[in-house]
Amino acid sequence: MKRIVYREWRIPPARYWSILGILAAVAGTAVLAFGYMEHTGHWVTGMNNSVVWGTPHVFAVFLIIAASGALNIASIGTVFHKPIYKPLGRLSGLLAVALLMGGLLVLVMDLGRPERLIVAMTNYNFSSIFAWNIFLYTGFMVIVIAYLWTMADRQGGPFNRPVGILAFLWRLALTTGTGAIFGFLVARQAYDAAILAPMFVIMSFAYGLAIFMLVLLFAFNDEGRPIGPKVLRRLKNLLGVFVAGVLYFTLVYHLTNLYGAKNDGLEHWLMLSGGIYTFLFWVGWVLIGGLLPLGILYHPELSKERNWIVAACSLVILGGLATLYVIIIGSQAYPIQMFPGQTILESGFFDGVNGQPGPYSPTIPEVLLGLGGVAIALIITVVGVRVLQFLPESLADDVVPVDEETLSEEAFAKPA
Amino acid sequence: MKDENEAIDEAVDPSRRAFMGVAAGVTAAVVAPGVLLHAVAAAPRSEPVTADVRWGLLIDTAKCVDGCSACVAACDRENGLDMQSKPESQSPLKWDSQKAVWIRKVKLQDNQTGRVTTLPMMCQHCEHPPCVDVCPTGASFKRADGIVMVDRHLCIGCRYCMMACPYKARNFIHEAVHGQLTAVPRGKGCVESCNLCVHRRDFGEESTACVDACAAEGHHAIVFGDLKDPASPISQLLKDMPSRQIREDLSLNTGVRYSGV
Repeated sequence: MKRIVYREWRIPPARYWSILGILAAVAGTAVLAFGYMEHTGHWVTGMNNSVVWGTPHVFAVFLIIAASGALNIASIGTVFHKPIYKPLGRLSGLLAVALLMGGLLVLVMDLGRPERLIVAMTNYNFSSIFAWNIFLYTGFMVIVIAYLWTMADRQGGPFNRPVGILAFLWRLALTTGTGAIFGFLVARQAYDAAILAPMFVIMSFAYGLAIFMLVLLFAFNDEGRPIGPKVLRRLKNLLGVFVAGVLYFTLVYHLTNLYGAKNDGLEHWLMLSGGIYTFLFWVGWVLIGGLLPLGILYHPELSKERNWIVAACSLVILGGLATLYVIIIGSQAYPIQMFPGQTILESGFFDGVNGQPGPYSPTIPEVLLGLGGVAIALIITVVGVRVLQFLPESLADDVVPVDEETLSEEAFAKPA
Repeated sequence: MKDENEAIDEAVDPSRRAFMGVAAGVTAAVVAPGVLLHAVAAAPRSEPVTADVRWGLLIDTAKCVDGCSACVAACDRENGLDMQSKPESQSPLKWDSQKAVWIRKVKLQDNQTGRVTTLPMMCQHCEHPPCVDVCPTGASFKRADGIVMVDRHLCIGCRYCMMACPYKARNFIHEAVHGQLTAVPRGKGCVESCNLCVHRRDFGEESTACVDACAAEGHHAIVFGDLKDPASPISQLLKDMPSRQIREDLSLNTGVRYSGV
């Protein structure tokens, strides 16, 4: 093992500025979309009084939970004493802050009155999980920035582990809080489940790691820095465990719903007759976001190839967006059961006449706003790795720290 | 030196004192009528809302007539919702899902028996309103007299209350508002819902627009009143006839009760 050296991202300026330019263009169109939506009002979006949170919230929640998940890599190194993850800690922290920033911006820009953000910062109702989240999010940024300092500055070294533990506990609270935004809602059948909080935590593990791996592989590949099979194997196995975890929680969530007769209608609708939501559940959430990546990540041959690992990460991200689309929008589209045992024949307000779901179809400004959040997160990351020493020069097998795994390297070299 | 200074301090210029007196008098004369007039005009609303009353509604679905929407029309008129206009380029169907509806008629059929019921749905004015629990800024609040409403100065338009409401009672204002009533201020980007005609409460009036309209049609399906006053007509009726809350299982203790569902 050699000393880990961190270096700025030294791709050619032309390429660096092109990447930034493309990202800035995406962010710019998002600003235009925001201006359009705020100027005209939300009627230009697909959101309405039945489905009140739409595509922007899918992106925002995805980015926010991915942010806490991206920090996992640093936590595994610091809190759980896995030296092989330590060289990845700085990028992990940077991505966590960047993704959270992107997600929060989308959330704020979708408010009906975004100029009143100051109201949200000066008036708190502490029975609202939203109000708690304002502190959880801002606190997360402060703690992770401090965490990065302990990783990068010699003076911060002694604080590395305490701050790392605090950051780890904080990120668990943050994702629990994000899951509780939905889990605490008694009004809608698909929410109102405590399991949503831990499910969001495990989802954050998977999505955050998938984004982390994509960014790491792209950055290293673009500059020709080496990544050894050892690091790659650890990361892809970890991703596999997390993806399986998401599937497990999905299974338990739906089995619980299926057991009680009162949720039969909801489950029947989602599993069989929910149209786009049924499609996104089975094809997006379960297949693309779960089974396919699992198949790749644990395939004896494919899992050794970098391009296939990249494909698996991309599938996890796409599946994650589909998952949140089903969780956020599908759960609202299913009509609130105000009169169990009765069929709504007529309603002046889309109460689910004859079981009809609430109307929603995403519009272009909403999608652009959501993509803008992704672009902002990536801009922060790209600028960060360019100007500061976030990326290790090499993750080759002979450079990364010795891990307990190496004690029986032979056993682990065999296909699973 | 010292003595001299004290002497100067004590010597008050009489003309200056006179000027001060005149100035004070003129100021008082100019300001006082404004203060007094203001106080007089505000008299009916000057007392704080108390928890001695709890406003509520009783809806007798047996009297609610299928096809009648007088309550909805009256609510729209009372609260300026009839001034909403569809943005030109919006499709009518989509606009229907985005315009504000504070009270709506719902027609149900029992899956087992086939019995058909019609009833009006609106904010149920819960004692423990989920919309108030989730609001991050406290804009969604419950008055001491039980009315649940939105402070339009604090609402940031996050719509979390709409996610939390078990009755789908809340509306988001999706478009720029042109034309509104002084008593019912509305504005793009905020959330709103039935507030039991709160402006009428503040002027001591006895009923709501929907109740008046229903009575004018001769149906008398909606009764408004103080749930805490055992002598009030609504309390008397609730004592006599079986009634229930919608989504009783949530234990929200709603201020709107239904009979015959």
